[in-house]
Amino acid sequence: MSTTPVTGDAERFHEDWSRLLSADHGIAVHPDLLGRLVSRTAALLHRAQQDEPFQPRLASQAGAELVDAHFTDPLLLARAVELLQAQPIGDGRGPALTGAFAAGWAAALRERTLSEQEAIRTAADAARKEAERALRASEARFRALFESAAIGIGIGDTDGNILAVNKALQELFGAGPEDMIGRRVGDLVHPEDTPGVWEAYEELISGKREYFQFDKPYYRQDGEVVWTHLTVSLIRDDDGVPVYQVAMLEDVTDRYRLQERLRHQATHDPLTGLPNRAAFFERLEKLFEEPEPGARFGLCYVDLDGFKVVNDSLGHDMGDQLLSAVAARLKAALTPLGHLVARLGGDEFVVLLENCRGEQEAVAAAKTVLKSLAGPVLIGDHKLAVGASVGVLERRVSTTTPGAAVRAADLTLYRAKEAGRGRWTLFDPKANARSVSRYAVSVRMPAALDRGEFFIDYQPLYRLSDGRMSAVEALVRWRHPQLGVLGPDEFVTTAEETGLIMPLGRWVLEQACGEAADWIKRYGDAAPQLNVNLAVRQARSAALVTDLGRILDSTGLDPARLQLEITESTVVGPEDEALRTLHGLVELGVSLAVDDFGTGWSNLSYLRDLPVSGLKIAGSFVGDLHDPAKDEATGWRIVSGLVSMAHTLGLNVTAEGVETLKDAERLRTMGCDWAQGWHFGRPVRPSEIARRIVEEPKGRPVEDR
Amino acid sequence: MRRPSWVPEGTDLDKPNAARVYDYYLGGSHNFEVDREMARKAIALWPELPQIMRSNRAFMRRAVTFLAERGVTRFLDIGSGIPTFGAVHEIARAIRPEAKVVYVDRDPVAVAHSRLLLEDDANSAVVQADLRDVEDLMARPEVTGLLAEGEPVAVLLVAVAHFVSDEEDPRKLIGVVRDALPAGSALALSHASLEGRPDQAEDHQKLYQRTPTPLTMRTHAQITAMFDGFELVEPGVVYLPQWRPDQPGTVGEHPERMTGVAGVGFRP
Repeated sequence: MSTTPVTGDAERFHEDWSRLLSADHGIAVHPDLLGRLVSRTAALLHRAQQDEPFQPRLASQAGAELVDAHFTDPLLLARAVELLQAQPIGDGRGPALTGAFAAGWAAALRERTLSEQEAIRTAADAARKEAERALRASEARFRALFESAAIGIGIGDTDGNILAVNKALQELFGAGPEDMIGRRVGDLVHPEDTPGVWEAYEELISGKREYFQFDKPYYRQDGEVVWTHLTVSLIRDDDGVPVYQVAMLEDVTDRYRLQERLRHQATHDPLTGLPNRAAFFERLEKLFEEPEPGARFGLCYVDLDGFKVVNDSLGHDMGDQLLSAVAARLKAALTPLGHLVARLGGDEFVVLLENCRGEQEAVAAAKTVLKSLAGPVLIGDHKLAVGASVGVLERRVSTTTPGAAVRAADLTLYRAKEAGRGRWTLFDPKANARSVSRYAVSVRMPAALDRGEFFIDYQPLYRLSDGRMSAVEALVRWRHPQLGVLGPDEFVTTAEETGLIMPLGRWVLEQACGEAADWIKRYGDAAPQLNVNLAVRQARSAALVTDLGRILDSTGLDPARLQLEITESTVVGPEDEALRTLHGLVELGVSLAVDDFGTGWSNLSYLRDLPVSGLKIAGSFVGDLHDPAKDEATGWRIVSGLVSMAHTLGLNVTAEGVETLKDAERLRTMGCDWAQGWHFGRPVRPSEIARRIVEEPKGRPVEDR
Repeated sequence: MRRPSWVPEGTDLDKPNAARVYDYYLGGSHNFEVDREMARKAIALWPELPQIMRSNRAFMRRAVTFLAERGVTRFLDIGSGIPTFGAVHEIARAIRPEAKVVYVDRDPVAVAHSRLLLEDDANSAVVQADLRDVEDLMARPEVTGLLAEGEPVAVLLVAVAHFVSDEEDPRKLIGVVRDALPAGSALALSHASLEGRPDQAEDHQKLYQRTPTPLTMRTHAQITAMFDGFELVEPGVVYLPQWRPDQPGTVGEHPERMTGVAGVGFRP
């Protein structure tokens, strides 16, 4: 073998070898390291080519070193084999050498692959073990948290099966885990469950809500009731599917019982255990919040006869015992009938009949009261005969207010007392008005005007053809320091009797005209016409026309926007002096309407002679349509007749006491012009009228759509 | 919602993992079939991927060498993955035998692997932590220990920040790391860039959507902004092969095909 060409070949091979290793993976290797690798492997291969005898091991080692330096790309092997095969080697060992190199590379790669696989598996195993250990530690923490939590915790599935309960929850229920696990959440109902709690539960388990909170009672294992503050949360899996429900329950029984006791104390009379005055008024006012059309109610105002004598002669203690005994009798007799018995104070009791069916029922209740107290009451050695007087009031809810009703029942009671005790008396409006005056109404009234105790509410009238507010009726109120707010029916009669109606009427006209003028200034044509009631005595006063002229001047109200309402009794005959006043008013430019039409008229022909342009059908006509005791069809025929009669006379007709949309629609179809009543609105503050002008440009519904 | 730190993270071997896929690209066998399956798909779509990964690895090697030559002896390698070959401590210690390295990765398998590898190395440590929970990361005793003596520390974020989404705000996270570093410290960062091969970017990002580490490629300007508060050394933020090549010839004709950009900056 010659040596010279070998040196040149070796240099060329070293260069080619270096170029091969510098590419691809070689760029990621430090140049110095790479240089050393190239030299070492080139030298090994050179020796494999040249050394005698031929040592394939050297070529194998070169291949292995490449793999050790992470030259693992099979493409590199292909290029290296190509390069080695291209080397001119004399003795034909070339294929064996290349084979040994390739085998060395492959064997090293196999070892490397296996050891790396081993390493990554070991790493994965270590990581998994660590994760499991951490998970166990975490589970232990959660388990400790669950078990030792002071709050009761229960876990259930979304089918409602209880899966786990902690110690606190077991104690709360006074039950062992075996009593609870496997039971169904849905079995844990209690009659006092807050409305909505089970709806919320259904929404939760079906995934519609994430949690809910309620105060909820449960039966303990021993049958006792435990009140809890309950929070239930929904647990979802990674895909958002509901899997568990977690309930946390805090025992709030003590707090609940305290609340209950406080509430009971606040609403019950400690002596008799009956609902007290506050509780009674709460119930009564609730009746007035959203009454059904035509809803009625009854009150029996009960006062013991001769209680003062018992108290004074036998002592307060005996008196108290008597009151307790009376309360027990009233309760036993009336509660089964569904009535509420309350103690208002002293020896005054009241029976409230909700959803009363009529006067007969209220009277029956009053009779029951008297009967229950008929027998003597045994207290100690004393056999006490108690009697009572009862004032009975039975009204449609829409015709009165809670305060007025109780006042009226109270006054009716006094009439019963006056009439001779031990009896019941039925409410009578006329007698009632007379009684009111006895409440020193007449004495107080003159000062009341100076003190500013009067104010005006306005009740809207709506046009049935388009549902828009057409007029408002001014209604005077008296904020009486002792009696509360009084309506006109409670003091106007007295005012007429005392003559105070003149200054009061003037004041009302001044106030209402000012308000109406202000609405017109602010809202123009959208502002309603003003209706003001004229008392009989006012209409007979010659000064009225002058007064009104001055008021119209000073307030700037267009007379065409004012209508005065007179009653049928204003004019009693063709020669009545009031007629002159009425004509004077019409000459001023104001219009007149007959109010409460149909309740007292004696001679229809006068209607023709009166300078009126409107007529208001008394509320009782529409109200009677809902009276089950009266034939509705006949009622409608009467109303219809009144409407067509008024139209014949060219009068604008207003129906009063309209409480339902159905009635409004029927009245509209029979041609009634305007309507007034609870369906369209109660008497309200002037600011509310202003709000309606602005917010109801399209009016209110007058027909079913 | 991130789970609270006292709830353990599982090891999910059923899903491809960025560290193991990277190892496969580089010709390693520290991977499972699920990783290889994903890597093969990626390579089928984009045959140059192994080369790109080598380029990235070469950048890291050059950057660590450069930093060691500048006297840096402490390295914080965040997102260290599986050191297939040429781990940071090996490269650094070729120049600075006393070099200390703390490896950080969020993948428990990568961390376990590094721990096995470095069991007997007193000057290196492995921490399982997540850049996205940077306060936790910087509070780890191994990390605070590295920073405690006030020596400059080189933070390596090599092919890591693109696994942080825009919502998670990588710039802010890097800012937290930066503010904890002593003067003279450095940041070496490489990041998948949108501009090199815009045609490939979308498909590639889509492929990573299914993994626990979705990919967000960013523009050159966005990546440069990550060096806020650092002074970039020459040649600034450039394509991987262009960053201080060993020889001018090794850059290649199309450095943009390597799609990653990289840079090194010092904290004044």
